[in-house]
Amino acid sequence: MRDIRLSLAEIVGEDYVSNREEEAYFYARDPGLMPAHEPDYVIVPKTTEEIQKIVRLANKEKVPIVPMGAGMALTGLVIPIKGGIVIDMKRMNKIVEMNEKARYVIVEGGTSHGALKSYLEKNYPRLRHSIPDSPATATIAANVMIHGQGRLTQQYGFNSDMVSGLEIVLPSGEICKIGSCSISKEWFSKGAPLPDLSGLFLGWFGATGIITKVALKLYPRKKMRDVEIFVTDRDDLVPDIVYELTHTEMAEDIVIFSQPKPLIFKDNHHITIFITGDTDEELEFKRKMIWNALDGFIKSKDGGFMSVPPVMKPTLLEMPQQSVSRFADVKRGGGFEYSGPIILVEKYPECSRKVEELSSKYDLGYSGMARIIGRGHCMMYGFAFTFNRADPDMMDRVRKALHEASDYVLEIGGVFWKATVDEQRLAIERMDPNTRNLMKMIKNKLDPNGIMNPGNWEVN
Amino acid sequence: MKYEEIVHRCFRCGYCKFTSDYYDFNCPSYRKFFFESYAPGGRMWLIRAWLNDEIKNSNHLQEILFSCATCANCVEHCVFTFSDDLVNIFIAAREEMVNKGIIPPPVRDYLKNINISGNPYKEPAEERGKWADGTAIQLYDDQEYLFYIGCVGSYDERAKKIARAVGNILIQAGVSMGILGNRELCDGNEVRTLGEMGLFQYLAEQNTTLFKELGVKKIITLDPHAFNAFNKDYPGLEGEIEIYHYTQILAPLIQSKKIPLKEYKAAITYHDPCYLGRHNEEYEASRTILASIPGVELIEMDQNRENAFCCGGGGGNFFTDILGGGNDSPNRIRVRQALDTGVQIIAVACPQCAKTLDDAVKTEELEDKLEVLDVAEIVSRALA
Amino acid sequence: MYQLKFDENLCKTCPTGDCLVKCQYMDLDKNEAIEEMVKISKGEDSFVLHDCVTCYGCEEYCKRGNHPFYLITERRQEKGILTTPRAITKQWINIGEPRGKFKLGDITKKILSCGFMPELVQLTRGRLFDDVMPSYVFGQEFFCNVVYIHFANTSIIKERLPMVIDNFKKLGVEEVVCMHDECYGAFASLAPAYGMEVPFKPIHYFEYLYNRLIELKNEIKPLNVTVAYQRPCSSRLSSDKHHFVADIMQLIGIDLVERTYQNENALCCGDILGMLTGYDLRYDVQRRNIDDIVEHSAEYCVFNCSACQNALATKVAKRGIKPIHIIDLCKMAIGEK
Repeated sequence: MRDIRLSLAEIVGEDYVSNREEEAYFYARDPGLMPAHEPDYVIVPKTTEEIQKIVRLANKEKVPIVPMGAGMALTGLVIPIKGGIVIDMKRMNKIVEMNEKARYVIVEGGTSHGALKSYLEKNYPRLRHSIPDSPATATIAANVMIHGQGRLTQQYGFNSDMVSGLEIVLPSGEICKIGSCSISKEWFSKGAPLPDLSGLFLGWFGATGIITKVALKLYPRKKMRDVEIFVTDRDDLVPDIVYELTHTEMAEDIVIFSQPKPLIFKDNHHITIFITGDTDEELEFKRKMIWNALDGFIKSKDGGFMSVPPVMKPTLLEMPQQSVSRFADVKRGGGFEYSGPIILVEKYPECSRKVEELSSKYDLGYSGMARIIGRGHCMMYGFAFTFNRADPDMMDRVRKALHEASDYVLEIGGVFWKATVDEQRLAIERMDPNTRNLMKMIKNKLDPNGIMNPGNWEVN
Repeated sequence: MKYEEIVHRCFRCGYCKFTSDYYDFNCPSYRKFFFESYAPGGRMWLIRAWLNDEIKNSNHLQEILFSCATCANCVEHCVFTFSDDLVNIFIAAREEMVNKGIIPPPVRDYLKNINISGNPYKEPAEERGKWADGTAIQLYDDQEYLFYIGCVGSYDERAKKIARAVGNILIQAGVSMGILGNRELCDGNEVRTLGEMGLFQYLAEQNTTLFKELGVKKIITLDPHAFNAFNKDYPGLEGEIEIYHYTQILAPLIQSKKIPLKEYKAAITYHDPCYLGRHNEEYEASRTILASIPGVELIEMDQNRENAFCCGGGGGNFFTDILGGGNDSPNRIRVRQALDTGVQIIAVACPQCAKTLDDAVKTEELEDKLEVLDVAEIVSRALA
Repeated sequence: MYQLKFDENLCKTCPTGDCLVKCQYMDLDKNEAIEEMVKISKGEDSFVLHDCVTCYGCEEYCKRGNHPFYLITERRQEKGILTTPRAITKQWINIGEPRGKFKLGDITKKILSCGFMPELVQLTRGRLFDDVMPSYVFGQEFFCNVVYIHFANTSIIKERLPMVIDNFKKLGVEEVVCMHDECYGAFASLAPAYGMEVPFKPIHYFEYLYNRLIELKNEIKPLNVTVAYQRPCSSRLSSDKHHFVADIMQLIGIDLVERTYQNENALCCGDILGMLTGYDLRYDVQRRNIDDIVEHSAEYCVFNCSACQNALATKVAKRGIKPIHIIDLCKMAIGEK
């Protein structure tokens, strides 16, 4: 072990490797509920070449590697289950290259969403990216790695669908270019028209390779942005409401939430619709299309657009939405985890009733939060529970509630998003055997020594 | 430990590390070390672990806790309702360590020197007022203001120049003030931020008694650290004595042209001191002064006002240097940020910032490109 | 139980049928108006029960004090006829629920009541109110609950308003300056219409402002600007106080423009219309209203109600008109803020 530490120090310098108790403690945990597993080392590299050397060393010594962004997935994906080396990517935070006319940007493996947002606002105000509601420290590479969703997901799909090229360090230590950049200087596509190799890496949580550069598609940023909230007390109407809304093709983001507190939200489902426009005319036209699309529901008194209180608008419109993080302190205990399966929109009523049932059964504070993906092709439904980190019993009840949610979701046709290790196991068990075998073959071929984030997507 | 009931509430989301617009990391220790343990979230989780006996006090834990510059960027940017108490929590943890006697040697030495010599330089107390020799600055004898200098301004070579510059300008402007000279005691701001509450209480009591005995009604401080201590942590002064930083006195005088100025052509950027800016929300006084000098072009760094990047001197680091040097030490980063604006002068309003940034200019080998000057020194150059 | 004091005979013998003849949203002549009101009184169905958009106008148009709009609301609730969608109604009922989080200032015999709108507490700062402040109340416990007539629900008013009146009574106050026009309407119009006793004197904040401005007459510097007034629906419940708007404007040197949609013909802010019927009606009403203000070259649009302000401030600002609350305008006149 001492040799490894010295070798790692030779790669990144003494200052950026640690096997000290304090780093081990912190990097063994995330703000969710997964039990702690300590790393043997934490390393903070600066370059792709340094990562190459770390991976080669890890292979040689058969030491596990776990790459990490901000660690805010909350499902324990950056916790080193088998120990080893946690690679904190956040020092690799440059904006590498911009192609304004082709609307893409290349960033490093540890560049945060916040940094990109700020960079674009300052330098390219007509461009934006699909920013998630995780804290601004969340990294772009990790977010696409887990198929995250953001403000542009309703229009353009998962954030990983917006990748237009990757640079990967393979488990063998080789640097591999994925997409158009493997042939051309430009990074305009992550796969097409070649065989799409990005699927060997996206969604694998680092189990098949480490993203050291990611090209992200950018989209037009309009000058104005506004929000409407359509409220209904009929959860069974939500899918139809979403269908009508998505038909208009006028909305930016559509998120739905239901929670018992504060009182203004009690007993209702809130379909939050964001619109953007460069002119008043454009914005007002979109607003009218959206209102008119739901006219039927208004006339039948089944739902209506609420008056958004002036204090609420800025909170809803900010990106990322800081209030999402504040959910963690509802029980004055800094804790929050959610199971957020991807599932058909038509299952909204089942999911909503389930989260209420679980919160009642386990006496928990909850929020049911859904984000529409594509034109209603599916949604992410988050069974979110907040907990007090100093209350082990509450934490245990949240674990149970999430566990039940996971089981339920599988039964009604959902697929786990950023699956915990337990959910991965359930998913693999449920999976089509040939698909499972294909995954196994890929993993074994790419990572024969099993050093890449072991315990994740392992088929046994 | 004080604030113990809050430490478990940190979500380690990392908003505390950033500027308001997420442009860059703004926590000086995180920016330097890049391990999460050196960020506010890291400290919160580690303090909790230490209180729960999950980890032991070690040299590294002490280093983590004492490298915090108490710059309050986290207080400014944390999104939770307990954000106001973040720096207080870190100080409370330091207090725990001080009480147990397990602290890094430089911290121990600093506290010892204050205790014994009344200043961190181990210089004789009788020489505390010598910096004013040869100037027209009088001792305090019932003037309108007490001009309070502090340890750094009294003993540090670089800072003494600033003290003289400020004193001279105040005199030029006709401000009625005097200094305590040898009678001056340490304000204790750093003693408090390092967690030695007993010594701080003692200093606060001594100073409060002295000020009241002398009938002091208004104080002008040289150093924002003293300004902060008197303003916020001296309960005996509240409502009784008005506290000002010298820039707050100079700004209206310069604006109303009480101090005649000639043209001084210079491109200047202003570095907000944490203890004047974020801690006490005074962002404009120095800017008003600089903007009033004919010929001065004031250019802002990206990270300014509540997003100013700390020079790294706070939290005792000016004396203990737990934060340490290196290519990414905060003062060097800050100097590079200043260089990027194209200015020739970095204006400061704190003698600790002055020295820290001065050192960085030298280490970065930018002496022919950048000069670090206190606001008063800049005004001195523009005196008619 | 509280019964609405309604006299069917007053409708039968009405010389004008003005309540519905003057309605800006439905088209009836005198005979139709009387016919529908009698139907409604008798508990029969009427298209009015479905088409009324809750602008409160008929409370003012009826010069016989017979409370046509309160009756419409009663019948709607009895028949289960909704105005706004259920979810919106539920939301508003939840928002108004007392929750023990009220604020009391230094209570004396005369207090300011801010309902539960934080904007109103902000407005009470300054010289105009400093002879009553800091005697004030804030919270759902002091909320007049009248807004539920927009939502076809009077039972919640009958349940909560007596408790609210009791809360005031417990404080031993003699005079309550209502910082919102609707709150005044609750005590001066709705409570008496239902036979609820009000053991204190409600004062409309217009009246209070006017008298205060007279006291501070020497400090008033005429503002010399042109202003259009956005009259809220709630003003229809206190039409006897409406004249204060012109009186105050005159005191502070303001040219109150004569426009189409003013006094009895005023247009409401439109936000409720959106909840009830969707985009088009709200858009039309707001557009006509703002066009009217622009056509009459008003520099400012002055508001009496913060809900109106929320609905229209940004929209008037986009047309180059400055939105301002009447209290802020008065503050400007005495050189404050």
